[in-house]
Parts: sequence; C-alpha cells; structure tokens
Amino acid sequence: MKPMLRLEGLRKSFGGLRVTDEVSFEIQPQEIAAIIGPNGAGKTTLFNQITGYLAPDGGHVFLEGQEIAGLTPQKIVKMGVGRAFQIASIFPDETALDNVRAACMSKLNQTRHLWRPVERFNRATEQAFAVLASLGLERQADRMAYELAHGDQKLLDIGIALVLEPKLLLLDEPTAGMSPEERQLTRQLIKQLWAQYKLTLIFIEHDMDMVFGIAERIMVLNHGALIADGTPGEIRNNKEVITAYLGEEA
Amino acid sequence: MASSSKYKFGLLWSVGFVAFALVPVLMTSRYQMNLASHILIWGLFAVAFNMLWGVTGMLSFGQALYFGIGAYSIGLFVNHAGKAWYLPAIPIGLVAAAMLSFLLGLLVIRVSGVYFTMLTLAFAQLAWQVTFKWYDFTGGDDGIQGIIAPGILANKMVYYYFVLVVVFISVWFLKRLAYSPFGLILRCVQQNPNRVRFIGRSVKMNQLRIYVISSVFAALAGSLMVGVDNSIHTDMLFWTTSGEVILMSVLGGINQFFGPFVGAVILILLEDIIGAKTEFWPIFLGTIVLIFVILFPKGVVGEIQHLRHRLKIAGESGGRHETHASA
Amino acid sequence: MDLYFIVTQLISGFTMATLLFLIASGLTLIFGVGNIFNFAHGSFYMIGAYFGYQLVSVWKVNFWIALVAAGTGAGLVGAAAEFLFLRRIYGRAQEGGFQILLTYGLILIFDDLVKLIWGTEYKSISKPSGFTGALQLGDIFIPTYNFAIIVIGLVVVVAAWWILAKTRPGRIARASAVDREMLGSLGVNVPLVLTVVFGLATALGGMAGALAAPLRSVTPGAGIEVIIDSLIVVVLGGMSNFWGAWLGAVLLGEVNAFAVAYLPAWSTLFSYLVMVVTLIFRPEGLFAPTRLRKV
Repeated sequence: MKPMLRLEGLRKSFGGLRVTDEVSFEIQPQEIAAIIGPNGAGKTTLFNQITGYLAPDGGHVFLEGQEIAGLTPQKIVKMGVGRAFQIASIFPDETALDNVRAACMSKLNQTRHLWRPVERFNRATEQAFAVLASLGLERQADRMAYELAHGDQKLLDIGIALVLEPKLLLLDEPTAGMSPEERQLTRQLIKQLWAQYKLTLIFIEHDMDMVFGIAERIMVLNHGALIADGTPGEIRNNKEVITAYLGEEA
Repeated sequence: MASSSKYKFGLLWSVGFVAFALVPVLMTSRYQMNLASHILIWGLFAVAFNMLWGVTGMLSFGQALYFGIGAYSIGLFVNHAGKAWYLPAIPIGLVAAAMLSFLLGLLVIRVSGVYFTMLTLAFAQLAWQVTFKWYDFTGGDDGIQGIIAPGILANKMVYYYFVLVVVFISVWFLKRLAYSPFGLILRCVQQNPNRVRFIGRSVKMNQLRIYVISSVFAALAGSLMVGVDNSIHTDMLFWTTSGEVILMSVLGGINQFFGPFVGAVILILLEDIIGAKTEFWPIFLGTIVLIFVILFPKGVVGEIQHLRHRLKIAGESGGRHETHASA
Repeated sequence: MDLYFIVTQLISGFTMATLLFLIASGLTLIFGVGNIFNFAHGSFYMIGAYFGYQLVSVWKVNFWIALVAAGTGAGLVGAAAEFLFLRRIYGRAQEGGFQILLTYGLILIFDDLVKLIWGTEYKSISKPSGFTGALQLGDIFIPTYNFAIIVIGLVVVVAAWWILAKTRPGRIARASAVDREMLGSLGVNVPLVLTVVFGLATALGGMAGALAAPLRSVTPGAGIEVIIDSLIVVVLGGMSNFWGAWLGAVLLGEVNAFAVAYLPAWSTLFSYLVMVVTLIFRPEGLFAPTRLRKV
C-alpha cells in the first residue's frame, strides 16, 4: 500500500534562516499523528508547504505516490488534502451553515450556478448539516460565524475542511485559545471524527494531553529539522527531545 | 420565516415595478419621465457595480469605461454605418464590453486593494482620453447628437417601458445571481480570500467572472441611456461617472442588494433639486459623501435595517414584559 | 535627430520626473506610514499651485518665499483634513474603500472651492527673476528654471529621506507603520504622528504644484491627472519603496518627454503602456526587491 503522504528532503529558507531542513517522513493511511516542537520550529511552515501555500525550495511531497510540491492550494485541496488553521479561518459574515455549504458546493462543483438560490441545493445542504451535526454545531447553523464563540469558530473551521471529504486532514493547533473544558471535549471530538470519517490526520499541538492522549505517532521538529519520530512512548523517553524541547520548557 | 420574507420581497418588487410603470400615466411633464428613465438606468448600473464592490470587495473606479462602450457602440455604428445598425449595435457593444473586460480583467486582478482601484481608474481615463482626442471617429468633446432609436422605440413613452422591462429583468437576474452558489463564493472571496483557495476555488477566476458580468451590465446601462438622451458624450467615460455609481452605492448601502438602486433614486433626485439651484453641486455632493462615509457608512437602506433590527429587539423584550404582566 | 534635441528632451523629462517624484513620494509616505491611500493627493498639488498663483501673481510675493508658503499652506490644509475627517474612519471594516471614497469627497469639494475662489480660467505664474534664461553648455541650452526644479527636488527628497531614516521623529513615523499599538503603549501620540506625516506629505505635493506652475498653467481639476500619473510612478517603483518611486518617476518622465516630442497627440498612451507592461511582467514593481513567492 502506498503511503498517504511522503515527504522527501523538504527544504525551505527565509532569507538565511532554514525553516524546513531536509524533512522526510511517511504517513500511512488512517494514521493519526502529531507534530510538536517549540515555537518557531517550522511546524506551520511545513503545513504551508504540504498544502501549497508556500513552494518548497527543494525536496518532494507525495500524496498517495503523486508529487504535489509546488501545486496551487486549489489543486491540492481537490486531490484530497483538507486544512484547518491556527486562527480560525472562516467567512465571518455568513451563517455557520453557509460557511460549510460553500465548501461543500465547491467540492460538488456547484459554485458556477448563478440562478438557483443556495437553499435549493439539497445535497450540499444535507451534507453541510451532517457535518455541523457531527461537530455539535447544528443549533448554531443559522447564526453568523462572527457571532460564534471562539471554540465554535475553531470547530467551524474544521467543519469547512471536513465537508470536503479529505483523505488527509491537517489541523493547526485545534485547541489553541480554548478553555480546559473545551480542550477536553475537542480532544474527544477529534478522535471521534478521525474514526467516523476514516481520516488520515496530522495535527500540530502544544497541549500535551491531546498529543499523548490521541496521537499514535509523534514527530518532533526543532529549528526546522525532524529530530524525533516515534510512538508516544518512544518520544517520552527520547533524550534529544527532552533536551531540545521538553528541557527548554522545564 | 423564509417564506414571509420572500412574500415581502415579492411585494416590494411588484410595488416598485408598478410605481415606475405609473410614471408616464401620472406625470405632469415629459421631464419627469426622463428623470425616471435616468433613475432606472443608473439604478441598474449601480446594482451591477455593487456586485463588484459590496459583494466581492473589488472597488473599481473605472466602470464608466464599460458604460461608455455600451453607449458609443450605438453612437459609432449609427454615425458611421447607418441607422439600421442601432439595435444590432447593442449586442455588439455588450460583446465588446465582455471581451475588453475579460482582457483588462486579466491585468487588473493581478493586483488588489488600492492598486486595483487605481488601475481600473487609469484604464478608464485612458479610454476617455482616446475618445476625447480621436475627434474624426468619436466626435471628441462634441460627442454625437441626434441618435434616434428605430421604429416604435423612437416614441419616448414606448422607450420608457422598454427601459423599465430591460432594467427589471436585469436587476432580477443580478438578484438571483447574488443569492446563488456563485454569489456565495463571491461573498466568501471578499471575506476571506485565503480560505476560498483552501476550499478548492480560485479567487482570481471568480473575481474575473464577476468583473466581466458587472461590466456587461454596465455596458447595457450605457446603451439604454442613448435612447433617453438621444446623444452620447465623452463625459460618459469620465472618471466622475465611475464615481457616481460608487456614491450611489454608499448612499443606499453597499451590503444590501437594493441599496445602490435606492442610492440612485436619492442621488438623482437630489441632483435634480439642488443641482438646478446652484452651480456648485459638487461641493454639496462632496459634503454628502463625507457625512455618509463618516456617520452613516451602512447607507440609507443599511441604517434603516439596522434601526428596525434594534427596534425589533427592543420590542421583543418589551413584549415579554407584557406577557409576564398579563400572566 | 541630433544630440541637442535628445538632451533637451532628457532634461524636460527629468524636470517632470522631479515634480512627479515630489508628489509620488508624499503618496508613498502616507501609504507607508499610515496605510492611508490619499486619493485627493493630487488636489493638494492643485491647492499648492493656486496658493502659489495667489501669492506670486496677485500679491506679488517673492517667488521663493511663496514656494515655501504654498507648500506650508497645502500641508496645513492636509493636516486639517486628516484631523477632521480621515482619522474618524481608521480601523473600520473595508477601510481601504472608505478611505478612497472619503478622499474622493475631498476632491469634489476642493475642485469646486478652487473654482469658487479663483474661477475656471487658466492661471499662470511667471518664472522667478534670474531663472528665465538658460544655461549654455556648448551647443546645449538648459533652461535655468528646469535646472532649479531638479536641484530643489533632489534636496527636498534627500532631506525627507534623511529625516525618515536617521532622525528620531522619522524612526517613530516608520515604527508606526509597523506596530501602532506597541508605539502607543510606549507613550507616543500615534494620532499626532499620523496628522503630522499627512501634513508633511501633502506639503510636498503642494510645493510640487507651486514649482510646476510656471511651466504648466494652473487649472481646476488638475488633481485627477496628477494622481493617476503619480500612481503609475508608484506602480513602477513598488509601493512604499522610496527610491523605487524615484526611478519610476524618472522612467515615466523620460517616456513622456520623448513621446510628447514624437507623437504629441498620443503621448499619454505611453505612460499607460509602460504601466501595463510592468503589471504583466513584474506586478510587484520594476524596481521593488523580489518578494517571497506566495501562491
């Protein structure tokens, strides 16, 4: 079986600073993996290169064996890579339903219709509702996205990515800015979504309960380089990680 | 709730249509019908413009270019090829506007924000200068006079109803477009272009599409204007014409579909009342702009809706108290 | 085509470039520091020209004193406009559009006020005494006034650059472009900084207007032509790039000067042509450092 995602010697520099330094790894289908590392380790930059927001300086990104490095975000999304952002990236002046429905219509290639009202697209509406329901947002469907609580906006962002039915979903700090209670709920929710939608999931996170609670595999970035890659147990005992990362914080 | 608002909307739509249809019946002078035609045509132009600005967030300061193309297509064909070309020149003008807006669109959407605004302005001013200076072909500063619509359209009353029907159908089309999936994507492009890319849609492509659509309707408005004034003039391409539709949109409200149309009604009536009394209408206009931009940025329709919303909330809480009292 | 002709056109182009740069640098300054697009910037050029006319031709004030006074006057009007109107819309949604609109309102008002005060006829200023002749270099004559414009322009621009780059107020102004909140918490009066910058930038525009008045006639409605030209300069040079704008101005000035000489009727087309070509091949500006690739 081909790996879902394979990075080969990925490189990126800003000015003289190496933000991605020869990163290589493979993610198998339906794996759930976390990327951790101190601030400025290059985690988001790595996501930006996988999703086409930034072009890598060198190296390869393969999605199910197909090279995607340097393609536009649109193409990469259509090939099955979904993404949610560290700061919820939503459409603030649309309802929660329309936020998800817009994405769904994009997937169904319905965005060129310019006559029939949005409400009459039943398939997109049903799918959008289903996703909102699986996130527990169905009661917020008719509210404007800007009115939603911070945590709900983060979930809506995930909903927009989820309705695209991605094979590979990248979440950038899904619990950032949430209260401890919200974090716990979100942790359970993400694990549940992963199983329900049979996703391959990679998430960046600082919340160690989340990382060690639901990831099957943890990759550690420091100064742009991958310094460790293994099961939660292996990472917990990895000396390099402890000095480079956990040590810094202690 | 959806059905009641739909009903209200249908009512508004019919009232508007009937009101405009009654103008020739109730008017006390020909001039009023002329004024009503201007309102209809500018209303269409402004609504089409606002699909760019209010909906998609692209503030073009050069829609006069396409308005001018619609008008000059008729004027030039009639002048150089003969009267029989009046009607065929309308679709030709629309196609020309579509092609030009596509080509220029490819250029102007490369930049965004202020650059986009100023580039559209620059291209429109360029077209204005060419029209102004190419005297032999365009009539330069003299424009072209005495262009009469063919057949029964030469009758002012018939032409008024022709304008009314064309404008209502066009505005209806744009209304449907605004609430279609395409319209939704356009609003998304304004609110969060980055996210649009990450749901798999091209921002530039959608901007280009609406730029072409809006420009074609601007050209249609321009071509309708010829039969009302029976003349064309380089002012139609001048930057103040582009400015006019922007002002109408702000006056009425850029976040409401009908805002720009209401703005056209207000601006044209104001210009008719104040402009007749003073040479210095632009000072009034500038002052109105400052007042609206600073104090009422939502525009007339937007501020009224905002007020109604607040009254409704106040009414609801008041109503709750009453039920408590009666219980 | 002889050398004499070429040099004459080069000098004429360079004169225009200097004036354009005085205006465009003000536009860039306001945009760079305050993130404000001043659509009415050309109107301050026009106001400066009329102030110059009033002082020199009507009140018979010495030209050089009038030049400074006209610039100062335009700057005061600019600072007042910022203080009274523009600062009320900072931070609003769709601010960019509303800035353009508000300054558009100002164009309408200024254009009409000028007509109200000075009428619609063309006005002119004579060249200052001692600058009506030409310098002779072999076969080549350089009009002294053009030479003066070029020198004054260079001095003003270098001074502006020096203030921005090397002095404390300049550093504060540049810092407010990056992080207004931070600067505010350090006890700097940020709104005052913006008003002063706006005043200085419009003063540059006003001074350009007064400087240009002896070469071009003074007319109402000159503002819009000027704003488009300076925008082309800014597109060529890359926004908020001081020296790029200078190169852009030189390029546009020279293109214009030679187009006027060869194809007078269609000269303006060439300015646009340069801009279109730039936009197609280097939308970030001809002289801007290449940006990071963002898809």
